Amino acid sequence: MTLSIWLIVSVALFCIGLLAALSRRHAIFILIGIEMMLAAANINFIAFWRFAPQPAQPIGVMVAIFSIAIAAAEAAVGLAMVIAVYRHFHTTSVDQLDRLKG
Amino acid sequence: MNSWITSNVWLIPATPIVAGLLILGFGKHARLAGAGVAVLGQIAALTMSIFAFAPTLHVHGFRGVQNFTWFTFGEQSLRLGFVLDPLAAAMMLMITLVGLCIFVFSVGYMAEDKNFSRFFAYLSFFSGAMLGVVVANSLLLLFIFWELVGLASYLLIGFWIERPSAAAAAKKAFITTRIGDMGFFLGILWLYHQSGTLLFYDAGRGCLENAGLAALGGTATFIALLIFCGAVGKSGQFPLHVWLPDAMEGPTPVSALIHAATMVAAGVFLVARVYPIFAIGAVNGVTPSLTVVVWIGVITGLMAALIAVAQFDIKRILAYSTVSQLGLMMVSLGVGGVAAGIMHLLAHGFFKALLFLGAGSVIHGLHHEQDIRRTGGLRKLMPVTFTTYAVGMMALSGVPFFFSGGWTKEEILHATSNWPASHAPYYFLLIGVVLTALYMTRQIIYVFWGSPRGNADHAHESPNVMTIPLIVLAICAIAFSIVLTPAWPWLESYLTGHSAPFDSHLLLRPILLVSLVLVGAGFTIGVLLYRRAQDVDPVQRAQPALFRFLENKMWIDEVYDRTVIALAALAARVSDWMDRYVWDGLVRGFAAIGQFFGALTMDADEGVINAGVDETTDGARGFGRVMSRLHSGQIQTYLGALALGMIALLLFYAWLA
Repeated sequence: MTLSIWLIVSVALFCIGLLAALSRRHAIFILIGIEMMLAAANINFIAFWRFAPQPAQPIGVMVAIFSIAIAAAEAAVGLAMVIAVYRHFHTTSVDQLDRLKG
Repeated sequence: MNSWITSNVWLIPATPIVAGLLILGFGKHARLAGAGVAVLGQIAALTMSIFAFAPTLHVHGFRGVQNFTWFTFGEQSLRLGFVLDPLAAAMMLMITLVGLCIFVFSVGYMAEDKNFSRFFAYLSFFSGAMLGVVVANSLLLLFIFWELVGLASYLLIGFWIERPSAAAAAKKAFITTRIGDMGFFLGILWLYHQSGTLLFYDAGRGCLENAGLAALGGTATFIALLIFCGAVGKSGQFPLHVWLPDAMEGPTPVSALIHAATMVAAGVFLVARVYPIFAIGAVNGVTPSLTVVVWIGVITGLMAALIAVAQFDIKRILAYSTVSQLGLMMVSLGVGGVAAGIMHLLAHGFFKALLFLGAGSVIHGLHHEQDIRRTGGLRKLMPVTFTTYAVGMMALSGVPFFFSGGWTKEEILHATSNWPASHAPYYFLLIGVVLTALYMTRQIIYVFWGSPRGNADHAHESPNVMTIPLIVLAICAIAFSIVLTPAWPWLESYLTGHSAPFDSHLLLRPILLVSLVLVGAGFTIGVLLYRRAQDVDPVQRAQPALFRFLENKMWIDEVYDRTVIALAALAARVSDWMDRYVWDGLVRGFAAIGQFFGALTMDADEGVINAGVDETTDGARGFGRVMSRLHSGQIQTYLGALALGMIALLLFYAWLA
């Protein structure tokens, strides 16, 4: 098990998440895609920490845990926004949510 | 009560003024309430005047003063005040008593007028304003009330406003007196500049007390003459007397009020009030300003008496007799007989009110006939009016012993004969006495004797409400003489503050004989001349040119028309022309320049600045249109852009590495 394997996994996960966020029309799926990209970033953190010269100090884990906590909060806010948007527009399809059009 | 009214003397003028305002508030339909409030207000003022009179009797030279600060500017404060002294107390008593008689008379005289209550409102206001003049302890406060008197006279002379002649007479009275008031006001300003105070009495610092008089110095003559201008206007002295006969256009009670109690009395009162200013630097009681007063009085007295002989309007004869009597009072003040002048003013108040109300009764009985050629024989038809009128006529002519006017006229003659500067005024006054007796005899023969002419045979006696005031005034005109006799000059001592012992020798002075002879001569000439008076006046037949001269009031109005008024009209026309062409042209020129620059800047604005702004905004709009296409509102487009940007950054990094 080398660092590159983990990095490949991380990149793959990030690309899948990005693809999901860009292609899915449902707001919740976009959120899931964003969460996947965040998870990929966390894997990166852990991997770089695990294969670093001095892995004794748990800095990488701490950053990952901190990032997951933020992701959870972000997911809660995101879902709340989706619900609010649904109540207002009666849809969650981002194609139709173009009120910010210039 | 006594001390209460002496410290609240302002209530006396305030009561009639408030009554007048109340009546105006009632509206024109409250006729009974209007007259009632006016009469009650006058009774209240009379009662208070009596109570104010009482304390002045106890102390010789009593003087109660209340001053207060009106407003303060910077270091200076303007102070006004009220004064109660014998002069004010006696005047108030006369004004309120005569005023009350006139008010009651008016109830009958004006009974059919549609603006009955408004008339009483003005009358009350008039009386209150005059009382204010009397109790003012500041020249400024006096001037304020003075102008209120002028306003009230304007309103009342023009009371029958639908008559053009009444409106013109009101305007004439107002404007003519205003000419005098202009001088008066300048005098006030100058006095304030010199003495720093306008209070008459202020514990030794007032302008009539030693310190204030000393501050005037050499300017006193000019200040006194300027103040006298006001008196000339108000008291109808030559050359500003022209308004007084025209003021006959007002209802007769108004004429009575103007000629007896208020208005014309104000001028004489003013001179008496500020007499110390006139008398500064007197040598033997003669000063330049007092000499002017004397000669103005002499000219006025003689001229008006002459004109009165040739008038046919019953009220105009009385009007000119007032002018003449006021001249007499001015002479008296000028020669130093202040007390005599004021005594004559008070006595004149009673008998002139009586005469005017009597004339009003005649006019009322004859259904508004004022021409004495269309009267006659009223002696039997209107006995009460005749008797009282005869009393007034005797008093005015100056019949000694029983009539008040006789004693005061004698007093004035006595003072004038002792004038050290010249004896001429004395002889002119003697001529005036003869003329007075003559024109009054003429009037009374025309009106009351002979056979009725015109519609005079339908005359009827006036109702009680009109005759009772006549009787009261007639009694006053006689009874008043008790306090006037030289043997026991109570009123004189009251006014001057010197004690007067009883001395029966003084009752028969040579001057009495002179007076008696002259009045007798006047009566005799009158009776001889007018015994067979008919439509054509005997003097008119004998001396048509002279009579025309006098009948037309010596053409003084015409002279004013050709000179002063023509000059004013010319000045007005010149001003109008200047305004129209010179000033207006200038204004138009400047306006054209402004317009030119306006057009210029407008072009610059349109062509340069606006165009530039337009270009800029067009550019901004086009750019915005392009940019806004990028904002599709599709979140995923934005995300894609983000992703592309990130990939580009990665590639750039890779290329760098």
